[in-house]
Order: sequence, then structure tokens, then C-alpha cells
Amino acid sequence: MLFGLPILSLVIWLPVVFGIAVLFTRSDRNAATARVLALIGSLAGFCVSLPLYFQFDVGVSGMQFTELAPWIVRFNINYHLGIDGISLWFILLNSFTTPLVVIAGWKVVDTKVAQYFSAFLIMSGVINGVFCAQDAILFYAFWEATLVPMFLIIGVWGGQNRVYAAIKFFLYTLLGSLLMLVAFIYLYINSGGSFELEVYNKLPLTLTRQILIFIGFLTAFAVKVPMWPVHTWLPDAHVEAPTGGSVVLAAILLKLGAYGFLRFSLPITPDASKELAGLMIALSLIAIVYIGFVALVQSDMKKLIAYSSVAHMGFVTLGLFVFNAYGVEGALVQMISHGFVSAALFLCVGVLYDRMHTRMIADYGGVANKMPIFAAFFMLFALANAGLPGTSGFVGEFMVISGAMKANFWYAAAAGLTLIFGAAYSLWMYKRVVFGNVGNDRVNKLSDVSAREILVLSILAIAVLGMGVYPLPFTEVLHGPVNELLHHVQQGKGAMP
Amino acid sequence: MTYPIPNLIPAIPEIFLLAAASIILIIDSFLSQKNRVVTFALTQLAILGCACATLITFRSGITYTFNGMFVDDLLSDLIKFILYLATALTLVYSRKYLIARGMYRGEFFVLTLFAMLGMMVMVSANSLLTLYLGLELLSLCLYALVALQRDSRVATEASMKYFVLGALASGVLLYGMSMIYGATGSLELGKIATAIATNQVDRMVLVFGLVFLVTGICFKFGIAPFHMWVPDVYHGAPTAVTLIISTTPKLAMFGFTMRLLVEALHGLVLDWQGMLIVLAVLSMAIGNITAIAQTNLKRMLAYSSISHMGFLLLGILSGDINGYSSALFYIVVYAVMSLGTFGMIIVLSREGFEAENLNDFKGLNTRNPWYAFIMLMLMFSLAGIPPMVGFYAKLSVLQAVLSAGYIWLTVTAVIFSLIGAFYYLRVVKLMYFDAPEDNTPLRAPLDVCFLMSLNGLAVLGFGIMPGWLVSLCDQAIRDSL
Repeated sequence: MLFGLPILSLVIWLPVVFGIAVLFTRSDRNAATARVLALIGSLAGFCVSLPLYFQFDVGVSGMQFTELAPWIVRFNINYHLGIDGISLWFILLNSFTTPLVVIAGWKVVDTKVAQYFSAFLIMSGVINGVFCAQDAILFYAFWEATLVPMFLIIGVWGGQNRVYAAIKFFLYTLLGSLLMLVAFIYLYINSGGSFELEVYNKLPLTLTRQILIFIGFLTAFAVKVPMWPVHTWLPDAHVEAPTGGSVVLAAILLKLGAYGFLRFSLPITPDASKELAGLMIALSLIAIVYIGFVALVQSDMKKLIAYSSVAHMGFVTLGLFVFNAYGVEGALVQMISHGFVSAALFLCVGVLYDRMHTRMIADYGGVANKMPIFAAFFMLFALANAGLPGTSGFVGEFMVISGAMKANFWYAAAAGLTLIFGAAYSLWMYKRVVFGNVGNDRVNKLSDVSAREILVLSILAIAVLGMGVYPLPFTEVLHGPVNELLHHVQQGKGAMP
Repeated sequence: MTYPIPNLIPAIPEIFLLAAASIILIIDSFLSQKNRVVTFALTQLAILGCACATLITFRSGITYTFNGMFVDDLLSDLIKFILYLATALTLVYSRKYLIARGMYRGEFFVLTLFAMLGMMVMVSANSLLTLYLGLELLSLCLYALVALQRDSRVATEASMKYFVLGALASGVLLYGMSMIYGATGSLELGKIATAIATNQVDRMVLVFGLVFLVTGICFKFGIAPFHMWVPDVYHGAPTAVTLIISTTPKLAMFGFTMRLLVEALHGLVLDWQGMLIVLAVLSMAIGNITAIAQTNLKRMLAYSSISHMGFLLLGILSGDINGYSSALFYIVVYAVMSLGTFGMIIVLSREGFEAENLNDFKGLNTRNPWYAFIMLMLMFSLAGIPPMVGFYAKLSVLQAVLSAGYIWLTVTAVIFSLIGAFYYLRVVKLMYFDAPEDNTPLRAPLDVCFLMSLNGLAVLGFGIMPGWLVSLCDQAIRDSL
């Protein structure tokens, strides 16, 4: 605790409070106030999350910064917060992304400005809540609450087909989460009336029950990750969402699913996880290979990056279900890295879109001639997406492939060979957009990135390179909790009655 | 011959309301239309008086009076308080609406008060006769209220339908009651329960009567397949009356059901459980699926209410204290949400214009962001999305059903609430994603605006801090059953 303040509560509620405050600036006449207030709020949110890193004790096992208060006494639901090494970086990533999103949307958004920034701030707080919650219902409440602002962001500020995309996004996610809710209630009854995660982790369960619960969790998390074949909402949502929405969606919201696997599926249903690992790995490999091909043929930049996200998240789920330290840590590192890289790529597409109002690759060509600085940044992020050594993209993929190699040579071979596709679709898109002769008149009129855009992109570039060169701060906090988790999974619950 | 005077104290709220309503009826006939606000104020005062009376006569524990025909316990007190609150809010919301449509007359207020009296009797009844009496008083007032707009064709049609079907349902209910009376030889709920528990009754007759009772109850709740009147009445009635029909009678019917099925016929729980399962699933299916096809908001909400009542049955059919208290919480939450939603339709209506089509909500966010936000919270609450309170209502009911051992029923309920989410989302979509078609400025009186905001914030506030309301409902059920 810093000065005895409940840091986690601050991390959750400070952005929410600022979000509500931004709403009070009301009409677009006060847009400037709304923007400034939103920036202050997001920076404040980032600042209060910093002590989490500096005060985090790597040596301690279990949850830190815990807060516990009764919430709904009748059902024994508690306001129970706490983080370990696994959640730490997600919270930081989220708090880090929010100011970037605010800056990126500074000039671009000109209708209902207050509501736009408010939605992002509230969502930022709520997402932090998901990563902190140690009580199943609290987790669920935060988890579902993220849907509301995102639904509005896609629907109000989105593109042509936004209504379809927003409703599809909402209903798809809701379907999965409702079955997770049933699983939680089932656990509540089986545990004799508790929604505490710690209780669930120790709760003895027969394999059949574990499998039922695992399926309940799987529907929720697989939709969110998203895993093949329930990924179809993601390209729609990404394409239609405004740039900021795409950034948060790719950088943070997708991570919720994989986080759920780590926090719920693996520890609560370890035997079912091992039993069904084959299925999970198969689905992951399909995502990596098949979606890699799909990404290759996209003509829309945002769609291409969306599919590349699905493929990258396939690496994550692959890493989680090979059950060794390399795989799981690699998956986590991959998630953080993907958070930086995909956010940066969507911002790059956003930069182009703001100038040309098209996302079609065919409409571009020779952008490097007119926007050299932008082209350099875009190059870096495209290479990071392809997993170039020295960038963050390499670290995670390398670790996951090593982990897969330990489990089974062919997993690693399939995943490793498809890295080529990753390079192919990223670089081919880059080539068609940036290189070559100036494609048409509109490209000819392009102006290079402004100072505001340089600021955002260079912060992300530093993050991508920093993580690629010196990943230790990211991995050191993971060792403890990951080893503990793997040990727990190894033991299983099968021996218990 | 001496006639012992019963203990009147537990019935003081009812007696007070009866007297007050009669006095208001007389005073109102001396008032000119210009001074009608006096009637309005007196009605609100009467409701306030009732609340005070209930507060003053509050005793912990259960008090019986009138030879066991009337009961006063925490359950009845809690429901009565919510009835007062909801009725008072209803009147404030609908004032402007009534004035604009020439319905701002004494009859409306007096009928509303008598309907409330009927509901109070229903939740405090401890005998089949009292139960029936309360229900009929309520129903007759509602028939008249629906028909209050004499020249409106839809309203008259709705009223006729409501009356014919309602009378049929009452007949069915009475028939079932007579069966129970015939089998057990008593009208008093407690004695019926004892007679069943001691097993001296012909089960055949009891179950036969039970079928009619359940049918009657479902008619009044508007549960499929006895729901045919609901959309027509919700649609046809003036919105101010729909507002009444959609909130308070549901609460009273819940009290009624608790008294009848739980207090009197708990011995037959296995019989009525089976019936309610079928009705609940049917209701959720028909309600949620048909609502998608509606273009009229009032009809859509009617089907939504059918599906919600089906969900409520899930809590009741769990057949234990846990289930009943979840159901009570659910119905209280539903009343708050329904009050807000229909209140919003009234706020958006103006002279000569009913904001009852879905398209009338287009672009509400541009026209008035605050109202749009309130409606957003109400819609997400109805859909059961946290952090709105509707989620916790769903959670507690699902928890009760699952602990009663019905996994498949829980999954079914969850799937139907997913389908239900679609049409609530559509309202949000219209308000936020579409451009307005009608740019008439929205003006509501300050009191309406204030209470509407309070109502909307209650949905969010109870969602963030649902603990005490859940506990209160639980306490009420535990103390009373």
C-alpha cells in the first residue's frame, strides 16, 4: 500500500470517475474541455497504476495489494481485489493504452466528443476491474460491463456497417459469458456457497463436473480470445470500430479471454484442461495456420490486422495448453507484445484512414514518397507483427514455439512454419501500401504525420523495441505465479474425491 | 348478541385508504377542472398517509386478525411500501399526459386508489375469500381505467378484451378455490396447509383444484399460454394506465401467489412445480421471440413482461425459501425497471402524440442525452447486463433454479435471455446509432425530470450496491413464510 491508499480501487474507479466527469461537459461546444479532462483522467489513471509495478514484490506468492469487503452478503459475494504477476502487466498495458487512445482521438473525433472520451475512460476502469477481481461475480460484473461502452463506441462512431458489427459483437460475447455465469453458479452451489476464486481453486471436482465447467468457461473465453471457429465477430467489429475502438479491442479486450483461461479454466478445472488440451491445441493450430492464409488474401487493411490478431492469439492459446513454463510465459509475453503491436498497427491504419477515408490496400501505393516518417514507423510495427528478432513480437513467439517443441515436435513445426505467413501478410501489405510509385492523386496530396501522431507512435515504438531488447521486467514477475499454476495443474484434482 | 370487535390495528392502512379514497371522491365532485390539482395533492397525501400508517403499525412477526382472514407480516409490509412508492411515482409521471388527453379527472385518481386498496388486500389476505376480494377490487378498477378514454377505439377494445378474459380467469380461479375449500373444508390458508400436511384430504380433488388455481394465477400474471390479453391491453390502454398495469399489479400478484401456492398449498409443491416449469419455459420462449417482431414499443414491452414473468416463475418453482426470496427480489426490480420504461414513454409523449413506436426513439441521444442515458440503463437492466440491477435479479433467480437441481432449465433460461437481449439492444441502437426523425424539443416538468432521473439512477445504484435490497427481500420471505 502506498500511503495506505487502496491502489487497486483507485486504478479501477479513478478513470470511471473522470469518465463521468467528462460527460458533464455535455455538448460539443465544450469539446476542448472534454478532451483536456479526458487526457488528465487517462494520465491520472496511468499514474496511479505505476505503484503497482514499483511496489510489486516478485518474491511473494499469491495475491498482492488485496482488498476485501463484503458486497452482497446474502450470496456471500465480496468486493475482493488482488493481483499477481499475471495480472500486473495487463493492468499496466491497459492504463498505458488509454492515454494513447485519447491522444489518437484528439482531433479525429468531432461528434459527441464528451461521450466518446467518457466511454473510453469508463471502459478502461472496468477492464482494470476484470484483471483485479478475485470474486467470480465481481469478475463477471466487470467482464460484462466492458460490453456496454464498446457496443456504443462501435455503434456510434463506427463505419458504414456499424450497427451489424456492434450487435454481433454484443450478442456473441453475451452468449459465451452467460454460460460462464451458469458455470459460476454451479461452482457456487458445489462449493457450499462461495464465489471466491481461491475456494474454487482448491475445490475438489470429479472429471465429469470439471469438463462441464470447462465447457462453460470455454464458450466465454473462446469467443473473447477469439479462437477459431468463433472468431467471426472480430473482423466485423474491428473494421467498423473507430480507430480508438480497434486499438482497445485488439490491445486489451482480446486479452481478457486468454486471461480467463489462465485465471479460471486452468486452476479450477486442471484435469479437464489436460483432458481437452488436444482439442484446444488443435483449435489453436487451425487459428494459426488457416487464419494466416485468410489474412493473406484480405484487401482491407483493418481486416488483415484483425485476422492477424486471431492468428497471434492462436499462438497464445497454444502456449497456454502445452503446460510448460516456456509456453505459458511465452503466451503472456506474446499477449503484452501483441497489445503494443496491434495497437500501433491500428493507429497506423487510422493515420492513413483519417487522410484518405479508405482502408482498401488497393487505394494506396507509394505512401513512403509522401510520408517518410510514417513509413518508418509503419515498417517497424509491420516487422514486429512478423516477429522480427529485436522487437517484442519475437520474444513471445520464440518462447511459445520452444514450449510447443517441448510438448510435441509437430506442434512447434506447424506453428513455426506459419511464422512465414505472418511475415508474408504483414510485409506484403506494407509493400503494397507504402512502396512503389505514388498510386494516385489522393496519395500525392498526403501530408506526413503530425507531432501528435508522432508522439503516440514513438511511445509505442519505444515499448515495442524495449520489450524486444530487454524483456526481463516483463518475464520476471511471471515466473512465480506461472510455476505455481503449472504445479497446481500438474497435481490436478483427479485424486480428490 | 354481542359481536366482538376484531383487532383493527393491522388493517389500519387499508381502512385509512378506503376512507381517504371515499373522501377524495366526494371532494373532487365539488372541484372545477381548474382546481383538479387539489385532487392530485390529496391523492398523494392519501398515499403518504398509508405509508405512515404502515410504518406506525409495523410489528415484527406475524399478526392475524379478522378471524384469521387478514395477516400483517414483513412480506406484506414490504410489498405495500413498494406499491405506495410506485403508485405515487405513476401519478407524478402521468400528470401531464393525463391533462393533455382530458383524463385528468377525479375518476382516474379514485380508481387508482381503489386499485391500490385491492392490491393491499391481496398481499395481506389470509383466506381464499379475502384473496379473491382483493383481486376483484383490483381487476374491476383496472378494467375501468383502461376504458377511461371513452372515445378511443383501441382503448375500448382493449378494455373489453381485458374484461372478458379477466372475468373468465377470475371464474376459473374461484372454481379452483371452491375445489380446495371442498376438499379441505377451510378457507383459511393456514388451516388448508395443515389439512394437506396431515394427509386427510383427497389428493385428486386438490390437484384438480390446483390446476384451476394455477391457470387463474397465470392469467393474471400474463404468462403464456394465458398471455393473449397482455399485448392488446398494454398497447390499447392509455400509457398512464399501462404504467399502472405493468408495475404494481405484478407485485400484488406475487404476494397473492406466495399466499396461495406457498402458504396454503406448499404440500402440493411437487404438483405445481411441474406445471410451472412448462409455463415458465413457454412464457420465456413466446415472450422473447415474439418481442423481436414488434414495432410498437408498448407491445414489445408487453412481450418482454411476459418473458420476465416466466423468469419470475423460475424463482417460485424452485420451491424453497431461497427461490421465493429471489423471486421477490426479481419482481421488485422488475417493478422499478418497468416504472422507468413506461415513464419514459410518457415523458416523450406530448399533446396529440404518443411516443409508442420504436422509431419515435430514434436519435434520442442527440435530442436529449440524459433521457437517452436513463433509457439505456433501463434497457440494459431489462436485458440483465451488469452493472445494472437487472443482472442481480437474474443471477439470484438462476442461482435458485440451479440449486434446486434444474441445470437444463437454467441453460434454457440463459439462452432465452440472450435472445431477449437482442430487442433491448435494438432500442439502444435506435437511440444512439440512428439520427432523429423528429426534432421537437423534449420538455418535461421539473418534478418528472427529477423523479425520472432518480428512477434511472436507482437501476444503476442498486446494481452497484444491490446488497441491502437482496437482504431485505430475503428477510421478508424468511420472516413471513
